[in-house]
Amino acid sequence: MSAQSHGGYYLPAPSYWPILGSAALLGLTLGATLFIHQVAGGGWVLLAGFALLVWMLFGWFGQVIGESEQGLYNQQVDSGFRWSMGWFIFSEVMFFAAFFGALFYVRTLSVPDLTSANNALLWPGYTGGWPTQGPGIKEAFEPMGAWGIPAWNTLILLSSGVTVTWAHWGLKRGNRTQLIAGLIATVALGLLFLGLQAYEYHHAYTELGLTLGAGVYGATFFMLTGFHGLHVTLGTIMLITILGRSLAGHFTPERHFAFEAVSWYWHFVDVVWLGLFIFVYWL
Amino acid sequence: MQAHALEHEHGHGAPSGLMRWVTTTNHKDIGTLYLWFAAVMFLLAGSMAMAIRAELFQPGLQLVSPDFFNQLTTLHGLIMVFGVIMPAMTGFANWQVPLMIGAPDMAFPRMNNWSFWILPAAAILLVISLFLPGGAAAAGWTLYPPLFIQGGISYDLTIFAIHILGASSIMGSLNIITTILNMRAPGMTLMKMPLFVWTWLITAFLLIAVMPVLAGAVTMLLTDRNFDTHFFNAAGGGDPVLFQHVFWFFGHPEVYILILPAFGIVSQIIPTFARKPLFGYASMVYATASIAILSFLVWAHHMFTVGMPAVGQLYFMYATMLIAVPTGVKVFNWVATMWRGSLTFETPMLFAIAFVALFTIGGFTGLVLAMAPVDIQLHDTYYVVAHFHYVLVSGALFAIYAGVYYWLPKWTGHMYNETLGKWHFWLSMISFNVLFFPQHFLGLAGMPRRIPDYAVQFTEFNMISSIGGFVFGASQILMLIVVLQCIRGGRKAEAKPWEGAQGLEWTVPSPAPYHTFETPPVVK
Amino acid sequence: MGLRRALPVVLAAACASLAAAAWADYQINFPPPKSSLAYAINDLHILIMWVCVGIFIVVFGTMFYAIWKHRKSVGHQAAQFHESTTVEIIWTAIPFLILIGMAWPATRLILEQKDTSNPDVTIKVTGYQWKWEYDYLQDGVKFMSVLATPREQIENKAPKGPNYLLEVDEPMVVPVGKKVRLLLTANDVIHAWWVPALGVKQDTIPGFIRDAWFTATEPGTYRGQCAELCGKDHGFMPIVVEVKSEADYAAWLADKKAKVAAAAADAGKVFSKEELMARGATVYNANCASCHMPDGKGLPGVFPAITGSKVATGAKAGHIGIVLAGKPGSAMPAFGPQLNDADIAAVVTYQRNGLGNSTGDLVQPAEIKALRK
Repeated sequence: MSAQSHGGYYLPAPSYWPILGSAALLGLTLGATLFIHQVAGGGWVLLAGFALLVWMLFGWFGQVIGESEQGLYNQQVDSGFRWSMGWFIFSEVMFFAAFFGALFYVRTLSVPDLTSANNALLWPGYTGGWPTQGPGIKEAFEPMGAWGIPAWNTLILLSSGVTVTWAHWGLKRGNRTQLIAGLIATVALGLLFLGLQAYEYHHAYTELGLTLGAGVYGATFFMLTGFHGLHVTLGTIMLITILGRSLAGHFTPERHFAFEAVSWYWHFVDVVWLGLFIFVYWL
Repeated sequence: MQAHALEHEHGHGAPSGLMRWVTTTNHKDIGTLYLWFAAVMFLLAGSMAMAIRAELFQPGLQLVSPDFFNQLTTLHGLIMVFGVIMPAMTGFANWQVPLMIGAPDMAFPRMNNWSFWILPAAAILLVISLFLPGGAAAAGWTLYPPLFIQGGISYDLTIFAIHILGASSIMGSLNIITTILNMRAPGMTLMKMPLFVWTWLITAFLLIAVMPVLAGAVTMLLTDRNFDTHFFNAAGGGDPVLFQHVFWFFGHPEVYILILPAFGIVSQIIPTFARKPLFGYASMVYATASIAILSFLVWAHHMFTVGMPAVGQLYFMYATMLIAVPTGVKVFNWVATMWRGSLTFETPMLFAIAFVALFTIGGFTGLVLAMAPVDIQLHDTYYVVAHFHYVLVSGALFAIYAGVYYWLPKWTGHMYNETLGKWHFWLSMISFNVLFFPQHFLGLAGMPRRIPDYAVQFTEFNMISSIGGFVFGASQILMLIVVLQCIRGGRKAEAKPWEGAQGLEWTVPSPAPYHTFETPPVVK
Repeated sequence: MGLRRALPVVLAAACASLAAAAWADYQINFPPPKSSLAYAINDLHILIMWVCVGIFIVVFGTMFYAIWKHRKSVGHQAAQFHESTTVEIIWTAIPFLILIGMAWPATRLILEQKDTSNPDVTIKVTGYQWKWEYDYLQDGVKFMSVLATPREQIENKAPKGPNYLLEVDEPMVVPVGKKVRLLLTANDVIHAWWVPALGVKQDTIPGFIRDAWFTATEPGTYRGQCAELCGKDHGFMPIVVEVKSEADYAAWLADKKAKVAAAAADAGKVFSKEELMARGATVYNANCASCHMPDGKGLPGVFPAITGSKVATGAKAGHIGIVLAGKPGSAMPAFGPQLNDADIAAVVTYQRNGLGNSTGDLVQPAEIKALRK
């Protein structure tokens, strides 16, 4: 199909990738449920779903990259990508908003409410405060301090935002060395962040008694930082992908939407971290 | 639906038969898939409703156990919202948005395919859950913990089904929003777009904003159920009511997600059959946008009985009452469009008029429910059941019917059987009211919702309601017959089968060719 | 066209049947109010409803006039106007003013509903799956209130009584004309305590206490139901409030206090097997049978059987432990706080020697007391 036959807007031919993606999601969700309930074979279904999803992502993105490199995407396609990437990041913001909202709610409403005169009938002697493991949990824990690893991680992520922008400047000036060096530095900083985060989790579980079950503090702490960590992982994989493409000579100073999308995503992850640092670790 | 379509010019060895539908990247094919999926799910969730009404025909337990009854109400709600109304509206968006804005297809045709084909996967999960030990989730479509925490394996399947439905909705909305913002024909400014396109633009925005919030809410349920977190457990400092806040922050915009495209459809149909331009186009757009914005600010009016402080009750009551203003503007505009028109009453117009009148009844009961002190009496009663069925059945569903009859000639190239269509309308309209109007009385008299058995003083209205329900259910078979007949044959439809119709979709032949507007039209 | 001629007939028939229904004493509004709040809610509802009906008639009168007069079939030509800023401003402003008029009385009523200060009687209400507990905090009286409708009526094996599904073994009793403050909470899932005639509905939230109040205006028996989906028997946990004169209320309270003293005496007693089995059967049917079923067979996949179960035929201490503490993460609640030692001893004995089990061992209240922590 030639792009010109559609007034320039590239319309792809029928594709098997989406149905594979659906099968992958079915396997992932069914497998996860069976796995959680310890049904024999559940883990294998989960693994198969995951493998299928990875294959689908490789295949589908591979095809898109191929089409892009053949020059099938005109300006309008490019601006469509921009609109949808922007809205996609907005949807991610709303996902985090749900968890930040939960944190805000427990800190300002439910935990103080549990110490009210009425609720003293149910939970005598509970004094609330933050962090708290709640009135009904006996095991104490220590909260995660802000000014150790988390402060370093803030510095690391902020620096990675600088390096990815520096790489972008390189790309726009046609300086491939600067592009590649900037991307390598960004990937390295991302991996360093993830390593420190893993170390912090280990520290929390083994030494602080801070677990998922450590009351609503533990729940909000791990779910917020955990989903953020997952996004950093995805962002790092995306950075590695465009690093590979840069090494393969993809992108021109004028046309490099994939690079920009990844860098938008990386900045978004960065901003979420600032929120985490302030509201989860610091205040 | 369009056998001719395979003769398109693109060689490629495009798959035929079943694989054509599985791999298609054509917005018309995908629209058709969405609409048929909605129809199949409608029969499934509709038969659940029939079982519910049969059990409630008289007091005592006759047909189903209380636990299975709760599974039926839960699945009926979940499937009707996520499996029927939303896919049907998305089907309309797929078919009509590119045709109405002069785009060659949706912005991302492959992702469009994926958005659809996730739906059957989610449906499989929900249907499987019925046959697992303990049966399907029975905690209501609102999934409130701690009841939801108590359930077994099928509850986790339900959570995951909602996760992937959310993924589908978000991808679908990214596609629609990008198509509308990026692919309009030259000259079609935003304020020249047909109102259906406007309502879907705003709906897509709402979906992108709130589906992730629902995903967050059910993720918290998942970890509370399986991984020892305490989001919704006071012992750990959490709060069961937190879930309700997060859920309804999604849930209230969701209500508008279901109804805004219906507003759009009706705003296309009324001017056509009044042979008169839509009254107050700009104010319609602003009213839609205001409703969308307000929808983020009113969520806790679903929670007036949880024991909020007075200031919370007051704020959410005032904010909710405000919604009556833009909604009123829309109703007045529709009436003003009909005023001094040259009206004819083909089936789409009949459904559209019924929509305006009956949706407004749902709006008025909504206003009654918005009054926090009165809601104290009515919350979780049949009054609420009647209210949201007026909004979603005579609202969203009737608009879907109106839209199907309106665009069926464009989709199939044939006129539908007008006589059968009118029978479908009158049977639906009358039986709908017999079904749901008495439920207002039941709620006022004190019948709670979600109960499989009831006190004897509620018997008569329940019987009337059930009889209406059975007639309503049976009448929908007529619709199926009309659509199938229309696909198979019938009088040839012209490019513009409705005298008063306006818009780009009527400039292409009927049935619409497989590829349209490959060269963008120019809008003056 | 036949359809067009048939329609008025069908419509008239539908209207006539609805009108007939109204004549037949079908209740179409709130039950008669019996508290100051319920009166105020009724008045507000009537006001708003008539405003809505008035607007409906004006708007849809206009629409149906257009439908009748501006038809193409009577040769009406379409006008082409499509906007009028004046009209649009007017119909934005007028609803706004009407809403302000509605908000005023509603605001006053909300503030009144939320004012739980200076009560005469305070009762703690706890929702359980699927029964209510009333705890008269000042008087040390506490009891469970469960559905009294026999299963035969529910299963259509016996004719239904006039208060079918709205009757309990022990109603909540309050004095007339006194401000009663309720402290509401739940033990397991969210329930909602609702008595329409008293104008009170409040969700009961596990782990939190919410309050509500009412002042009953005349003696009588007022009935309501749980109003928040709480599982299988959500439809089978009614609420009955008996409003008594002050003297009758005092007599009732004295009688209740005497029963509390008698129950305390039971805790030290040693019962015979027959006594334990008889009392155990009553306790079982009131507390256990809704899940584990009256025959002890449970509901496969949902609720485990008692008959032949490892718990009920295994070690006594384990069995008692589960009854006392419940099973976290399942629907099995902790009965320790709900039942006294004698009742638990009786029901455990009943489960171990009835329902198809025959371990032969008896459990006495003293053993329960020892296992309570």
